Amino acid sequence: MKKAAEPGSLTLHKALSEVWGTKPGLGQLAAVNHSTIGKRFMITAAVFFAIGGLLAMLIRTQLATSSSPFMEEGVYAQVFTMHGTIMMFLFAIPMLEGAAIYLLPKMLGARDLAFPRLTAYGYWCYLFGGTMLLMALLFGVAPDSGWFMYTPLSSSTYSPGINADVWLLGVTFVEISALCAAVELIVSILKLRAPGMSLERMPIFAWYMLVVAGMMLVGFPPLILGSILLEAERAFDLPFFDPTRGGDPLLWQHLFWLFGHPEVYIIFLPAAGMVSTFLPVFAGRPLAGYRAVVVSVIAMGFISFGLWVHHMYTVGIPHLALGIFSAASALVTIPTAIQIFAWLATLAHGRPRFSIPMLYVFGFLFVFVLGGLTGVMLAMVPFDWQAHDTHFVVAHLHYVLVGGFVFPLLGAAYYWLPHLTGRFPLLQLSKAAFWLIFIGFNVTFFIMHLTGLRGMPRRVHVYPQEPGMELFNLISSLGSFVMTIGFALVLLDFVLQIRFGRLAGRNPWKAGTLEWAMPTPPAPYNFASLPKITGRADQLDPDALGPQLAAGKGYLGFVRNGQMETLAVDAVSGRLEQIIVLPRSTFLPLLTALMTGVFFLLMLFKLYALAPFALIGVAGMFLVWTRATGARQDLDTLDAGCGETAPVHFQSRGAPSEWAMALTLVANGTLYASLLFGGLFLWVSAPNWPVAQTTFHNDRLVQIITLFVLAVALFASRQSVRTGAQGRIGWLAALAASHLVAAALFGWMAYGIVPLNTQHALFAVIFAVHFYAGFHALLGVVFALYGIWHVLGGYVSPMRDLDLRIGARFHAYAASAGILALVFVWQLAMLGSGGDPA
Amino acid sequence: MLLGAAILFVLVMGLFVLTLFRPGFGSGVSIKGWIVAGGLLLPIPVLVALNFYALFQGERLLPGDVASAYRIEAHARQWQWEFRYLDEPGAPSTVDVLHIPAGLPIEVVATSEDVIHSFWVPRLGGKIDATPGHAARIRIEADRPGIFGGVCAEYCGTGHSRMRFRVEAHEGPDFRSLVERGFEQ
Repeated sequence: MKKAAEPGSLTLHKALSEVWGTKPGLGQLAAVNHSTIGKRFMITAAVFFAIGGLLAMLIRTQLATSSSPFMEEGVYAQVFTMHGTIMMFLFAIPMLEGAAIYLLPKMLGARDLAFPRLTAYGYWCYLFGGTMLLMALLFGVAPDSGWFMYTPLSSSTYSPGINADVWLLGVTFVEISALCAAVELIVSILKLRAPGMSLERMPIFAWYMLVVAGMMLVGFPPLILGSILLEAERAFDLPFFDPTRGGDPLLWQHLFWLFGHPEVYIIFLPAAGMVSTFLPVFAGRPLAGYRAVVVSVIAMGFISFGLWVHHMYTVGIPHLALGIFSAASALVTIPTAIQIFAWLATLAHGRPRFSIPMLYVFGFLFVFVLGGLTGVMLAMVPFDWQAHDTHFVVAHLHYVLVGGFVFPLLGAAYYWLPHLTGRFPLLQLSKAAFWLIFIGFNVTFFIMHLTGLRGMPRRVHVYPQEPGMELFNLISSLGSFVMTIGFALVLLDFVLQIRFGRLAGRNPWKAGTLEWAMPTPPAPYNFASLPKITGRADQLDPDALGPQLAAGKGYLGFVRNGQMETLAVDAVSGRLEQIIVLPRSTFLPLLTALMTGVFFLLMLFKLYALAPFALIGVAGMFLVWTRATGARQDLDTLDAGCGETAPVHFQSRGAPSEWAMALTLVANGTLYASLLFGGLFLWVSAPNWPVAQTTFHNDRLVQIITLFVLAVALFASRQSVRTGAQGRIGWLAALAASHLVAAALFGWMAYGIVPLNTQHALFAVIFAVHFYAGFHALLGVVFALYGIWHVLGGYVSPMRDLDLRIGARFHAYAASAGILALVFVWQLAMLGSGGDPA
Repeated sequence: MLLGAAILFVLVMGLFVLTLFRPGFGSGVSIKGWIVAGGLLLPIPVLVALNFYALFQGERLLPGDVASAYRIEAHARQWQWEFRYLDEPGAPSTVDVLHIPAGLPIEVVATSEDVIHSFWVPRLGGKIDATPGHAARIRIEADRPGIFGGVCAEYCGTGHSRMRFRVEAHEGPDFRSLVERGFEQ
């Protein structure tokens, strides 16, 4: 039961709520609080899950009989494409992002994530991008080439409508939110923890999400690049994937699966992390083999990037090469097995009690282990040649994804829902719902293994009227309706819980993690004061800790100047390092996302001449974001409470925003590397190479001048953060000038290839590389001018040079990318025209 | 493979139910013991054996000695299959029906003139993608004469479901005379 709060804690609560709360009414659109945004992500994702589920019901209705007139093939294609797209991009990824956004700061002992406005911007991008896809579905112009959009089927020749553009642009729009979340989560996990929480004391979920966010950071760029290239092919006729003009459909498959396979683990690992968090609570002992689990999760992250080719066993890749990918695919079983046996060991050494979340763990293990075992079968090349692209694969992927994500997620929902609502679920209804889902699922999908092995390919809307085949499909369809009733009951259960559930009180499950050391539902500031951690952060005593923190007996148990403050620590040791002043709620994320949406809509409706203006608008709005923080004079170190002091973040080395720029550049660099490797891949693999007669000549003089200008920019980027006040402006001006010249020269070189760039992929790649380098040089001009404006405004001093250091990182990246572009184009032009790569 | 999978599945689920409902079950084994036994000792030998077996099987299904195999080009377009008999100069091609000699390894070269399709005869062997700009190969074989159904396995547009074909395997002499008749039956 809740104790009456002391007067001190009540005053503190009021003061903090005043600062951290979101205003009602329209003010809700300005919300940046991680609890609010996290919940929005999860609810929106749940709505998309329901829509995706409805589409699945349509598919099963169509397949219930062998030649049903229910849907004609064009509609059916939109339905199965949207089912996959929605479940992957609009349900699974945003759902896990939402859960992480809601939970992580609370588990790590922080008041919010590192970049609250970015969280909000990501949410709006997700919502608008998802709405774009849904609108297309309503108007009957939804994507229809399958959720992995294999080209040439998705090219303008074979998909002339806007259906494919909706996918490429809509999904890319949504993926902005994934990249935002990746940067945000990595920085928040590494920096925004309670003092004393070193890396090896982190709750296990934080380790899982750190790996997942890292995977998202380098996993999504290949997909985004692929989408940009395919959209460029459709919109501007640049033949990256057209085999008649030196492109290659296999390039799309590599880029897609280089993202697509890690994606499976990006979806599975957060769910496994939730199980690793709540299973020990019900086992009544800490997670067994914490270190082994951490190592296996990291190993999975790495291995998952070496498996993508197992989606491509049937494209004709040499068998021995397939053998290597096959072994790597089998290898991933080992870290999975380590986790499963660590859970079993936890149960064996604890005093397990049974509850609804554990019921879902049973469902998770049952379904996921079966999916894993069929996965090992599919990893074996000769078996895959038989089962690939059949309903066996459909069964396998649903066993893995529903088993590895939906079941543990529902378990986690039953575990954490008392945190969101402060109430318990209704036990009997929850059990009935579980069994309906569990039985319905297995009836639906187990039988697909058999129809697949009997030769039923995926994505067919009719099949031969053979005895057995029809019966199997009918049973499968009936199962899916049972499963749907189960999901409806879960929804009903949640609604009833929110309305009528009995009150749960603080820490109802007797957990040992920090998110329970607060009243539920939580206040917008999470903790009235932040804890000092002296042991593993999954073995704490929230019942004792909670009241102390509420009474302000930890760090930052006060409101200073009406500011939203939280703490940052040294990434490894967890030593107190900075006081973070967070930006207040604002409409800027919403407005910026709207402007981003305008860009995507202009592209969709082929108003290409106007699209750059929307991009300028987006850049301009992001510049307005920077006005919220910073100071015109140096501040003293601030009182952090508990007798300790720390500098404010913009006067600290290794501020969160500095990390964020480094991580953004990692993602950006991955995209660039994918482009360069894509060019080399075409040279190696695509038909119609080398180009017979090269009508293209490198203009050596222009290239050498560009190289010189970029070298100047590289040098100036170092100097701009090394000199005193006077020098800075000079070096920033040099940066702006050199970037501007470089942008002009790259633009000149790109222009020089037109119209050759539509005739052969070699020239399209060279054009794209020049475009990339020129675009970054232009951004460099913006960064340099911003730096000058900032210095002139008095925001920069030797102690307050954070923005310049962030800028310097970008300048160095842009200049290096430009130099690499020159070298690459020299080489590729030589290779691609059959010349000697001297 | 099926039996092995079933054993592993029963093992994991059995352990889960026992540890959950029989307090103290398995507490005699140390935590390290659990993780090493289940995470390393259990999967590694199985996976190593399986991989080598798969590599060996895969080699058998691949076009190895090109000279001995009978070569067919399966040329796909939306939405039909045209089969060209590469070892029969002058023989016409056939559409949606593939004639092969029984008991002889057949090397199928899959090509496409528009989008990606995939050649698959479930009862005769694995599938291979027909990707425009590429020519991928696979080996199939019919042990005895007969008629086998084939499908397109890669989604290729609205006609995908109906892009089926038929493989007719004939005794050697029957096949020869069929070729000489220009596949007129």
